[in-house]
Amino acid sequence: MADRVRNTPEPSRELLSEADIGRVVDRIAHQILEKTRGAREVTLLGIPTRGVPLSVRLAERIRSFEGVDVPHGALDVTLYRDDLRLRGARPLGPTSVPSGGIDGRRVILVDDVLYSGRTVRAALNALYDVGRPLQVQLAVLVDRGHRELPIRADYVGKNIPTSHSEKVSVLLREVDDRDAVLLAGGEPQKPSTGGDK
Amino acid sequence: MITHLLSAADLDRDTATLLLDTARQLGAALSGREVKKLPTLRGRTVVNLFYEDSTRTRVSFEAAAKRLSADVVNFSAKGSSVSKGESLKDTAWTLQAMGADAVVIRHPASGAAHRLAQWVDGHVLNAGDGTHEHPTQALLDAYTMRERMGRLEGLRVAIVGDVLHSRVARSNVLLLNTLGAEVTLVAPPTLLPVGVESWPAGVEYDFDAVLPKTDVVMMLRVQRERMTDSFFPSVREYSRRYGLDVRRAGLLPDDALVMHPGPMVRGMEIAPEVADSPRSAIVEQVANGVLVRMAALYLLLSGEKGAGE
Repeated sequence: MADRVRNTPEPSRELLSEADIGRVVDRIAHQILEKTRGAREVTLLGIPTRGVPLSVRLAERIRSFEGVDVPHGALDVTLYRDDLRLRGARPLGPTSVPSGGIDGRRVILVDDVLYSGRTVRAALNALYDVGRPLQVQLAVLVDRGHRELPIRADYVGKNIPTSHSEKVSVLLREVDDRDAVLLAGGEPQKPSTGGDK
Repeated sequence: MITHLLSAADLDRDTATLLLDTARQLGAALSGREVKKLPTLRGRTVVNLFYEDSTRTRVSFEAAAKRLSADVVNFSAKGSSVSKGESLKDTAWTLQAMGADAVVIRHPASGAAHRLAQWVDGHVLNAGDGTHEHPTQALLDAYTMRERMGRLEGLRVAIVGDVLHSRVARSNVLLLNTLGAEVTLVAPPTLLPVGVESWPAGVEYDFDAVLPKTDVVMMLRVQRERMTDSFFPSVREYSRRYGLDVRRAGLLPDDALVMHPGPMVRGMEIAPEVADSPRSAIVEQVANGVLVRMAALYLLLSGEKGAGE
């Protein structure tokens, strides 16, 4: 989980603009409708911090396209992470499971960046403690590669091949001051141990 | 984050707020779930070291540790080597050898938790030391007030009764002051500690006069087991002047909250009708205790200190 407000002091390149993000979210919403035949039994669960506003946006788009109300909520995975003992204690994010629960639902996990896959692993474990979904899918705004676990996304906004030394930052209006996806760095630094974006 | 939780005075405003926020998120994460357990502290050992009788606090700490998947070892002074004369230091070394990641200690001597923290490598949580401090009780009280009243800043809190023998009162005064509440102690002069004027709290002797200006009233038990002197003429007189009966509860503002850290002596410091009324938060206090202790264990044990073990 990243800091509340991202600051990017190093020079960074804009990979997606506000308009691009809008189009990408539109497309994912359409793909969800297509793949789940009108978002039947779908529940969207955003992973804090930035997966939550993304899941809200997807739910809004699906409503405006087809008039379907999709339950959406937040699922914090901090307590399920595998690196808690390696790094300091982290503050927890919000969890709110829609009142209908997730039993028998087609749960779509929503996150901003897919990287090592460890966050998604933690989310799957958290999910199965909450209930028994019919199916679990994954939607991400950016897939930057370098998976450390056998995990793939069902809906990808943009594939961005990166090196470990680069840093992908997703900015969203609800959390940051604007919408953008930025790529920074590239100079050699120690490789990430995963979990981070 | 801090290494041990020994005193409410160790908590600055940011740390205390982080603890309360974490407790809240834990409550949200666990509500309405099939599996009321989180894997966070799997493989860690929490020792409950209790030299004094306690039901509420020990069970609460045990439940908190188990909900985070830690292994819990309960160690009570009765029926252990302590009753054969083993010192706290030797017990501490035993725990050390067992590899306890955290030790929760309740002890009749003030300062026992501080001493223990110097002898063991694990994190020490003070679950009540003599008449000194009980920081997790203060945290759960602050949490309960914040949940029910929506804020702590500027909240007028009256702590009433046996302040002299109360570790709950001391921890609450320190923590509530840090979090911006205004605390007033109400007690007969004989049940106020020496130096109370240096505490960050007001002192009043007339309970009736304080009640209309109070948002939260916290009743303390008269700790007769710690009393070696007579501090008031009779139980009846104490109850008349400092007990929260139905008439007095009527003097409180309509949205005021009634709290008690337990165990209650019904009819002495609090009337049963008041303890069971909707404005009483006494049952919530117990439930919130588990969340606050989970938050404390999580924040202490998932820190850097665990790395490389």
